Amino acid sequence: MDENRLDGNSAGGLLGEIFAFEMTTAQVTCASCGTHSRIGQAMVYGHGMGTIVRCARCDNALIRIAHPSGRYWLDLRGVRYLQVEEA
Amino acid sequence: MAETRTPRRKLVWRIGEVVETRPEAPHAKSIILEVPGWEGHKAGQHVDVRLTAEDGYQAQRSYSIASAPEDGRLALVVERLEDGEVSPYLTDELRVGDKLELRGPIGGWFTWEARDGGPLLLVAGGSGIAPLMAMIRHRAAARSEAPTRLLYSSRSREDTIYVEECDRLAAEDAALEVIHTLTRSQPPGWTGYSRRIDREMLDAVAPSPQERPLAFVCGPTPLVETVATVLVELGHDPARVKTERFGPTGG
Repeated sequence: MDENRLDGNSAGGLLGEIFAFEMTTAQVTCASCGTHSRIGQAMVYGHGMGTIVRCARCDNALIRIAHPSGRYWLDLRGVRYLQVEEA
Repeated sequence: MAETRTPRRKLVWRIGEVVETRPEAPHAKSIILEVPGWEGHKAGQHVDVRLTAEDGYQAQRSYSIASAPEDGRLALVVERLEDGEVSPYLTDELRVGDKLELRGPIGGWFTWEARDGGPLLLVAGGSGIAPLMAMIRHRAAARSEAPTRLLYSSRSREDTIYVEECDRLAAEDAALEVIHTLTRSQPPGWTGYSRRIDREMLDAVAPSPQERPLAFVCGPTPLVETVATVLVELGHDPARVKTERFGPTGG
């Protein structure tokens, strides 16, 4: 058991810095296993280098975010689709 | 463009003012804030709190909101961590009248509104009670009759945050049950549970999977993972089991 694992909810603030919408309810389709889930259902790991959002089913890295010196780096390779609801 | 929708307001840092602090347990305090410009929240959401040192160093933590959306003030529960960067300041130094930088509300997944109905199964470990207390308070303020059970694990009676309010609300409301388990020490004559939450306890306490309860589980990561795994093993729909992990230390 990895005790540093957190829920997708915990990335809500960071994702809210980048996206204009509430992102914990956004739906992601995992590029590795095809599972659809809300970001709130995914697993989040914080590291010194940044934050990784992983698929709760297969552990694939869905979203990686680094934020060095005033610039956000987003690696979304692990996501096939990202569906964001208005309002 | 036929119609333009306004996106959610950008998440901005705001300044809240501490209007009250209250000890809830030997290592936990409620911090009540008034936040000018606050536009309300849903039960279950959290805020990010940011502290800035004189040399510019910043540390940021997330705290669940414990107050009901109907309450104009924002209540947070802070558990003091010995080696914490943020919680010792919040529990030991912060005074009424002090300002605190925060942003939110954040999160749309781990939330409950009275119109979502029940039955509700709430499972808390320690200060994981905070977002579930917001739900219980919202349920009471909205006069929801959703059948609700709170299974609440604490070390001892003294460590049980909001113990009096939980027990009072349960006594006033036949549709709200509060079941405590005290894992380290129990008061004399204690007849309730006195062990960590396990399969047998959840099987006894949770509504049956046929009732399709909506479950919210919040606490230290090991507790949350045990509870979520067991609920799914017992036949509950994984999509109706929502979790909020604190990490290894519990806050």
